[in-house]
Amino acid sequence: MILAHRIAVASPMVQADMVEATEFPHLTIRYQVMGVPRTVINESVHIEGAVAEGVVVEKLQEALLEAQGGDEGEGTG
Amino acid sequence: MMSLLSAEIAEQVKKELADLAGPVRLVMFTQEIECQYCAETRQLVEEISELSEQVTAEVYDLIGDSDQAERYGIDKIPAIAVIGAADYGVRFYGLPGGYEFASLLHAIKLVASAQPSLADETMAVLAELDKPVHIQVFVTPTCPY
Repeated sequence: MILAHRIAVASPMVQADMVEATEFPHLTIRYQVMGVPRTVINESVHIEGAVAEGVVVEKLQEALLEAQGGDEGEGTG
Repeated sequence: MMSLLSAEIAEQVKKELADLAGPVRLVMFTQEIECQYCAETRQLVEEISELSEQVTAEVYDLIGDSDQAERYGIDKIPAIAVIGAADYGVRFYGLPGGYEFASLLHAIKLVASAQPSLADETMAVLAELDKPVHIQVFVTPTCPY
């Protein structure tokens, strides 16, 4: 997905990984990847399928709000 | 070893990367005893680097070069950090085959130009970010995104 990489280039705060799901089964289990593409933002927010730029931005804001509001301290993992 | 890229594909890649706006480093991480995908990913970045004057491949060992792994924030292999004038945080984990190969070429052009072509609204939101954001996109080679 090029969009995530474009967002990474646009902001020094963003890192974007493209992960080949079948090669990292522990991550597909951890992030409950049933279909692709599946986007995970900051461990907490998920996007199913390919979506428009505006939706990704909304979800990004959602992830940040969640981090502010309900930081449960998942540890360093 | 046989080429991963056919002569025909290599020619296309050469054209795609012909007018890169700046130099790009493909910083690849593998391990001493390479998994199949690690070996192929390393070979792929090496083959791509031979198709453009602007693209160089660097290969590191996840364990042996742990300082580099830390520098680029790499925690699993095979990994490719696509680095332009700066490290923009563009990463690939796993062999970028199929549709992901096109994504890798796009990423090379993207970091070379450093022009993400996003909507003004998106740029405005990104400018406000004050915390690190980690986006992980799970794909398969048959997924066109």
